[in-house]
Amino acid sequence: METTFTGLQQQQKIDFDKMVTALTVVSRRKNKILEYWILFLVFCVGVGVYFYIKQLQTGLGITGMRDIVSWGLYISTFVLFIAISLIGSLTLAILKLLNQHWATPITRLGEIVAVGSLIGALLIIVVDMGRPERLWHIFVYGRLQSPIVWDIIVVNTYLIISLLLYYLPLIPDLHILHRRNLMGRGFKAKIIKFLTFGWQGTEEQNITLHKALHALMIIVIPVALSIHTVTAWLFANTLRPGWDSTNFGPYFVSGAFVAGAALMIILIYGARKVFLLHDYLRPLHFDRLGKLLVLLMLVYLYFNINEYLVPAYKMREHEKHLLDSLFTGEFAYLFWFSQFGGLILPTFLLIFKPLRKPLPLTIISFIVLVAAMIKRYLIVIPTLTHPFLPIQNYPEYYKHYSPTLPEVSITVGCMAVVLLVITILMKIFPVVPLYETAKEKGIPQSIINRTQP
Amino acid sequence: MLISHMSTEICKLMSLNQDKTNRRAFFVKLGLAGIGSVLVSKWMDKTSWAPNMGSTAKHLIIARDAYINRIKNSLDPEINVKARQGLPGKKFVLVVDLSRCRNARKCMEACAATHQLRPDQFHLNVLEMRDDEHTAPYYLPKHCQHCDNPPCVKVCPVEATYKRTDGIVLIDNERCIGCRYCIAACPYSARSFNWFDPKDAELYKDVPYNVERNVPQKKGTVTKCTFSADCLRNGELPYCVRACPNGVYYFGNLYEDSVTNGTTGETVKLSKLLEDNGAFQLLAELGTKPSVYYLPPRRNN
Ligand code: SF4
Ligand code: SF4
Repeated sequence: METTFTGLQQQQKIDFDKMVTALTVVSRRKNKILEYWILFLVFCVGVGVYFYIKQLQTGLGITGMRDIVSWGLYISTFVLFIAISLIGSLTLAILKLLNQHWATPITRLGEIVAVGSLIGALLIIVVDMGRPERLWHIFVYGRLQSPIVWDIIVVNTYLIISLLLYYLPLIPDLHILHRRNLMGRGFKAKIIKFLTFGWQGTEEQNITLHKALHALMIIVIPVALSIHTVTAWLFANTLRPGWDSTNFGPYFVSGAFVAGAALMIILIYGARKVFLLHDYLRPLHFDRLGKLLVLLMLVYLYFNINEYLVPAYKMREHEKHLLDSLFTGEFAYLFWFSQFGGLILPTFLLIFKPLRKPLPLTIISFIVLVAAMIKRYLIVIPTLTHPFLPIQNYPEYYKHYSPTLPEVSITVGCMAVVLLVITILMKIFPVVPLYETAKEKGIPQSIINRTQP
Repeated sequence: MLISHMSTEICKLMSLNQDKTNRRAFFVKLGLAGIGSVLVSKWMDKTSWAPNMGSTAKHLIIARDAYINRIKNSLDPEINVKARQGLPGKKFVLVVDLSRCRNARKCMEACAATHQLRPDQFHLNVLEMRDDEHTAPYYLPKHCQHCDNPPCVKVCPVEATYKRTDGIVLIDNERCIGCRYCIAACPYSARSFNWFDPKDAELYKDVPYNVERNVPQKKGTVTKCTFSADCLRNGELPYCVRACPNGVYYFGNLYEDSVTNGTTGETVKLSKLLEDNGAFQLLAELGTKPSVYYLPPRRNN
């Protein structure tokens, strides 16, 4: 077989070998920056665990939440995680279904983000429970009319589909790693071998895989839409001013894309720098994602205008108190920052091509992401500080909410878990799909299947 | 065990072809990060987060201990099963005559003592209301409204909070998972959470749990007004109704169209009382259908 290679094939062979080396180098070599990053995350998780134990002992009173503001940072972070998870499966499935080949190198990262943030969402929702040891009650006594039960069903469905969308395209890559002994011998190699499930790259297997992925990419769209819609309904299904809105489902979904896209851009920048993937994650990707972000932000802006302008026109009594606090009152700085700094200004800036270059785009995305966090906070807290009836006979500080140190530490710990999952998944296996990229470059199966470099 | 094994596996995978010493060095660093995090947390966390409860007056302590002794020994073992059903032939209503309320707060005191509440927890809260800057202020005792279309019951994921046929909405704090969705959903801010160990948790340790009284309270669960379902089962009026010195409260059965004043003991026709005095409901526009009616604060009769 070796002897029959033509000149073209020889070239393809070299290309492919180079590609394998480039895409697997992080998994194989020690990387100082990554090591310190992981240590930092482990440290944050440690601090979070310490305070969580403290919370279990003392009660949720260790947080800044009280009877008036009974949901706080945990729930807003939960909403943020759910939001971020949307980007992975949804946008990338859509881009793939639309045959947008430029997106191939970032698809796997999208799934990783989805998996990581869903794990974070499930984690922080348990952290928020007053009685985490009774979690099983939901499965025994669960009632279908509660939006929490809907949420649990769709979040878990989405997690499973996201894991599949991560894992299935990984099978051919694992096969390549295995064939080339890149995973060493012994136990590790056995695991990898097992995970390939007998993949050989035959025509039939390719067709099956393609069909399975295609079906999953279609299924994931309604599931992903519903997870964030249902999360929006957690709020919209109450009578409270600011939440009682029929606009909430699409409003949350459109906001979710913005937050997710921003995080994706930051991660791609990181992967490019730390994992040395300049050849695969190119300025083109930043440019396209930048444009996509503009579109997403415009849609989100439209929903924001709907969400605030319509009640502001009517100024019904209870809504007026809420809107006053957002527009001119205690939340005004945060509110206007999230609207102008985090939405309108970035949209304007990203219209210009030079600002869609990797570094400026990443910086802008970072601001957008921070604004997205603030936005979730502004959705949850001001409504709770403005109940229908006056807040009286409570200690004065009940009227406001400020997260406590343990609460912030636990939240940061949960974020660190998300980033840790993302980092580890990015590190252990190639983050840019090896097999798909090779296929798209037209490299034939016979070369991909070769054992020796 | 399993987790630690898995994490070693993951770490092994992560450090594929490195030599052993490198890997060991990384683990040492991981361990250091762990220890460091505990030390830093300890340094950050110098506060005690449990609240200061203050002291209780002597006569209150005596009353409290007598109460605890009484409820410790008088319990039907089936009570929490029965408490899921309503009392047959009943639909309870509370009528609050705002024109008589002088903010004496005896009802609040009785309620807090009965339900083992901290000073910042309310099943019943007397609010000073002012509908508009030009209208006169008045006092409004606010209970759980025992809504017939209760937003709190709808959202509970585990049916810990439920509505009975006699109209009462209760919370089973042995089932509540502490998600606090019901607090977010209640438009009347009628619910309270046990953010810490409940008041006098030690003293109530041996008291068997009664859903109808929601005592003993439990850390990490929700509590609220029960319409004193435990009293109603014994044919008594609720604690707050009996405690009011000013004749504010009428309590009774909608099906019998009669309510009894807790102070005077006088029984009147419910429909006539509501009609003659122009009764209203709190935030009726939300469609929660409260079981509590208010008689306006000022009227010419
Ligand atoms: S007042 Fe609040 S807690 Fe009481 S039944 Fe109505 S919604 Fe539920
Ligand atoms: S806090 Fe308890 S009673 Fe309230 S909704 Fe959650 S489980 Fe139900």
